[in-house]
Amino acid sequence: MSKDRVVVVTGIGATTPVGEDAASSWSALLDGRSGVRALTEDWIDSVPVKFAGRSATDPRDVLPRPESRRLDRAEQFALIAAREAWQDAGKPEVEPTRLGVAVGSGIGGITTILDAYDLFKEKGWNRLSPYTVPMLMPNGAAGWIGIEVGAQAGVHSPVSACATGAEGIAYGIQMIKDGRADVVVAGGTEAAIHPLNLASFAAMRAMSTRNDEPQRASRPFDKGRDGFVLGEGAGIVVLESEEHARARGAKIYAVAAGAGYSSDAHHIAQPEPSGAGIQSAMRRAVESAGLTAADIRHVNAHATSTPAGDVVETIAIKEAVGVHPLVTSTKSMTGHLLGGAGGIESVFTILALRERIVPPTINVDDLDDGVEVDIVRAEPRKLPDGQIAAVNNSFGFGGHNVAVAFTSV
Amino acid sequence: MALTEQEILAGLGKIINEITGIPAAEVTPEKSFVDDLDIDSLSMVEIAVAAQDEFGVEIPDDQLKHLKTVKDVISFIQA
Repeated sequence: MSKDRVVVVTGIGATTPVGEDAASSWSALLDGRSGVRALTEDWIDSVPVKFAGRSATDPRDVLPRPESRRLDRAEQFALIAAREAWQDAGKPEVEPTRLGVAVGSGIGGITTILDAYDLFKEKGWNRLSPYTVPMLMPNGAAGWIGIEVGAQAGVHSPVSACATGAEGIAYGIQMIKDGRADVVVAGGTEAAIHPLNLASFAAMRAMSTRNDEPQRASRPFDKGRDGFVLGEGAGIVVLESEEHARARGAKIYAVAAGAGYSSDAHHIAQPEPSGAGIQSAMRRAVESAGLTAADIRHVNAHATSTPAGDVVETIAIKEAVGVHPLVTSTKSMTGHLLGGAGGIESVFTILALRERIVPPTINVDDLDDGVEVDIVRAEPRKLPDGQIAAVNNSFGFGGHNVAVAFTSV
Repeated sequence: MALTEQEILAGLGKIINEITGIPAAEVTPEKSFVDDLDIDSLSMVEIAVAAQDEFGVEIPDDQLKHLKTVKDVISFIQA
């Protein structure tokens, strides 16, 4: 099988804090609307962070009850977004052995684990749902999606913390380029808004505690940023060989042109201060896509609004591709979806190329002096006509760096 | 206080609908869980656990595998 197979995006789906689907999420981003809200749960006084980006819709209202009770919340988001993407792709007719899935979660079914443990202690082992294990395993979402679409080429779940969603898409691109599949459903999901997670991330001093202004808390690149804001949801794309997509007359959003990986080998949770790993991942993505740095006109940055991370990334963008791309962090509005981030942000990168417009980074009142790249602030900005490319960056605890390159059609 | 067959059947119908989405009206005594209702073994465990909570009757695993039809479960609960 040729290594030159071109991979295209033929379907998108997203369940996010700013919208119930990809279209509504996208329009919220262009309007600069934040999905971050104060939390009102009864445990809120026990944690120092009192807000998050809850998904715009409760997945239990979308899925039939027999289905939702067997799926962890992260699996619910993923299945809803996968159905949207699959529908959007026109439910492609594809040989099952040529259809794959690459969807992961950073943390997996943590609310299932914690609730099940409480139930176990209170009522004993035989009151546990027989679905407890498939609900807590981080590959559960991929498994359910594989059953849904009938994927027999391989169901995979890359797990790399906050790079998970991007790594799923990168893996899916590779499956098609290598000739293992013609169609792959790929992306990431997360449902981790639980007091233990808020407390654990707060223990790392990684989260914003701007409790009096939740919608102003996620402020990537701003001098006043004080940590990330937790979000939840899923972003899924349908990847397809161009040949397969053209043969069935599919709508093509963009070319999923290539991906680059690197790893920091530096610290389990802190960014490597020179940004060398980020540069490598971005350069490899550009190279594997057969592009040059000048082709990259937009970067959907990982930038999570942490004091340590955002500026390092901008320096790496400058070094790897230059200061010409329009850079944004949609996390300013969605919060950080951890394993879901690369999924939704790839969806947004694809839509930016298709619509030729880049959503703003909100809350950048006072740009950090270290930022030398062109941040889209306050209002969306247009991308040029003609053949252009964009990169979605995603990095994760563990030192994972993943960059995915897309080109316009 | 013993429940009537009709009361147990209504309760089981509700449980099975909640767990599998099968309409409660389709849950009738002669139906086989596997052959007629297409209920898998994990779902049977869920149903047994819910039935224990609903009717206060423990259904041990070695008994559960012998309960093939809705009527079998009703009889077990009544016994």
